[in-house]
Amino acid sequence: MPLAVIANGALTRLFIACLAVASGSTRADDESRGGAPAPTPGVIREVQLKKQLRTAVLSVLVLSLLGGAVFPLVLFTIAAPLFPVQASGSLLLQRGTVVGSTLIGQEFTGMEWFHPRPSAAGSGYDGTASGGTNLAPSNPKLAEGAPGFAGIRALATEYRQNNGLAPDAPIPIDAVTRSGSGLDPDISPENALLQVTRIARARGLEASILRRLVAQHVMRPQFGFLGEPRVPVLELNLALERLQHPETRAAHPAR
Amino acid sequence: MSWVECALFLATLVGLAYPLGSYLVRVCERRRTFLDPLLRPLESALYRLLGVHPEQEMSAGTYAACFLSFGFGCAALLFLVLMLQRALPGGPADAYLSTAMTADLAANTAVSFTTTTTWQAYAGESTLRYASQLIGLVAQNFLAAAGGLAVGFAFIRGLARTRSATLGNFWVDLVRSLLFVLLPLALIGSLALIWQGVPLNMSPYVVAHTLEGRTQVIAQGPVAALEFIKNLGTNGGGFFNANGAHPYANPTPLTNFIGMLAICMLPAALTITLGQMTQRLRAGWLLLAVMVVMFVAGLALCDRAERAPPPQLADLHLVGGNMEGKEVRFGIGESTLTTIVTSNTSTGSFNAMQDSYQPLGVLAPLTFLLLGEVVFGGLGTGVYSIVMMAVVAAFLGALMIGRSPEYLGKKVTAGETRWVALYVLASPMVVLTLTAIAVLSSGGRAAVSLNPGARGFTEILFAYASCMANNGLALGGLDANNVFFNTSTIVAMLAGRYGLAALAIIAAGRFAAQGRVAVSAGTLAVDSPTFGALLLGTIVLAGALSFLPALAMGPIAEFLQR
Repeated sequence: MPLAVIANGALTRLFIACLAVASGSTRADDESRGGAPAPTPGVIREVQLKKQLRTAVLSVLVLSLLGGAVFPLVLFTIAAPLFPVQASGSLLLQRGTVVGSTLIGQEFTGMEWFHPRPSAAGSGYDGTASGGTNLAPSNPKLAEGAPGFAGIRALATEYRQNNGLAPDAPIPIDAVTRSGSGLDPDISPENALLQVTRIARARGLEASILRRLVAQHVMRPQFGFLGEPRVPVLELNLALERLQHPETRAAHPAR
Repeated sequence: MSWVECALFLATLVGLAYPLGSYLVRVCERRRTFLDPLLRPLESALYRLLGVHPEQEMSAGTYAACFLSFGFGCAALLFLVLMLQRALPGGPADAYLSTAMTADLAANTAVSFTTTTTWQAYAGESTLRYASQLIGLVAQNFLAAAGGLAVGFAFIRGLARTRSATLGNFWVDLVRSLLFVLLPLALIGSLALIWQGVPLNMSPYVVAHTLEGRTQVIAQGPVAALEFIKNLGTNGGGFFNANGAHPYANPTPLTNFIGMLAICMLPAALTITLGQMTQRLRAGWLLLAVMVVMFVAGLALCDRAERAPPPQLADLHLVGGNMEGKEVRFGIGESTLTTIVTSNTSTGSFNAMQDSYQPLGVLAPLTFLLLGEVVFGGLGTGVYSIVMMAVVAAFLGALMIGRSPEYLGKKVTAGETRWVALYVLASPMVVLTLTAIAVLSSGGRAAVSLNPGARGFTEILFAYASCMANNGLALGGLDANNVFFNTSTIVAMLAGRYGLAALAIIAAGRFAAQGRVAVSAGTLAVDSPTFGALLLGTIVLAGALSFLPALAMGPIAEFLQR
């Protein structure tokens, strides 16, 4: 800390010297203008500089503790009993192991699952490397791709092939674009419904059952106007699993 | 749907402005508040501990010097915490911390978080210990915000007082901002975020075993402690790399709405605080009205640009707006609304990747950054950003009709004009000079490795505009963690925080020393719609004169190229 104190003092002295010059140079205007009171000479009058430095150092330390330690502790003390599931990351347990978090998207590639959006987090849905592509629309790499990176054109072709759609069939844009976090847990309801035929074939189920399942999992905008309709992919896939294997214990929140 | 949300957002903001603004008057003038029984003892104890005599007042120079020394002290502490973070106990495990905390990165982060910029050249989940996030970043989110609010109070006092040699006591303003405004609101807001799903734990990163038999490691942490105060304090730096786009940081549309309200409500209310304390309430409302008009115009531009798929993807038969870099739960509407809110308010807590926006979708936030955060603006700092422009507008208006220029009953003489002019010119000087240096040097150009052409130039301009505005919003394609950008953005952040605050405090000191000119038939009415239009014109004109050539080389060129 002595380093900080010295730096603090030196910089403050420098700054005050500048201010003294600055306000000194303007004093003449005040007097020539008349009417305004002539300010008492000297910038530091009411409080002494040295004492201010002591206060500065003390307040940095004390108030940092207040904001950085006391506040989180108080928050934790209140929140831990009130919202234990949320505070520990909204994790889902099945047979004692964590299968994921309701809030964090994860990779699904098998034909029998609903697929999430493409992801730019690490090598895909890496929960320790959130982020987007940051590619501008004007950057050819976004549409056309690059070695090791599938462009939107290739993603659209793959999506249409996987789901048995015509080459010019319209598809919802969220199915072929990467989210900002790379961990988007949701897809649009339209995206989910386009995947139903493929999953029904892979699982030997009626498509109508799957459509009903999707409809049950659509989250409407909060309070009717906040955000967009969406389907959480992990919860949908967990429900899909239970549809065929009802003996599996339902995943439950971890406390 | 999004227009309903936008209208409700603005209505809530304007509705809260009066009650919150009146409360801030009480905080500023040390009057009784309903929190007194709880907080007064704590306040007195802190004054004793810190050696503060609350009745002592400071001149403009002392006030500025205390603000500066406090800021540098905070930066020094944060720098030490970051450099020594590997020795701190607790998670996450070293194996996940893959980004080295170099001295230049630590210095950049220290300045960034103590100036409310919270420009982040690192990814939180792969760089920082939980302990550095808390005792380092969460603490500075509170302190930098309280420092800004204190300066805002001092500035307002300058306009409110007559024949006064002092502007208040910095330490009193700092402590009262913290105790009576930031801490209580942050406690309530953070609890609301946890209810909606934002984690608050110190657990190791969780290893999940997925239905398809993969493993997924999920970063954890005391996320909720940071995520509300980052918005309330107009700081903006997130716990995770993806900031407000990360589903742990911003899990639902409601948390996003709460976050946006937290960002804007205090800066919007400060216009009313200004109006009440100068006994020119209508002038305060007028400033707020001008802000809302500019806000809606910027939002309309940004939202319209993002509603359609990019023209480069036109032949792919995609349905929906530009969803690259955006989250499904927010869609286009909440993403563009958040972009405009955060670019206006020194906050920069994005919920979508601006670098994947269309050219005009980037133009809107970039313009707000360059205009110097006049719409709502940073906590405390926003009030002097708009008033400085209003003084210029009053000066121009008075020249047009041949009166002696004044604003809120304060004369604008040659002496004041000098400081105001310096203030207005500071931003173009710093931003354009640094941009020019970066574009001309190999170190600067090397950082533009992802997006070529006009967008690459925009990334550099955006970075310096963001740092000068103490915003922190970034076009993420810029490769910013290198010595060149870590050091040059420090220059912009310091100039934007301390340079502008010093000019504002000096101007406030001069206004405080004056008497108050009585309103007469010859006074230019600064609460009329005409003055609102004049102020709007002045802001746009000053911005256009300074930045139109740079904007033409960036987003405008990119828009025309397609």
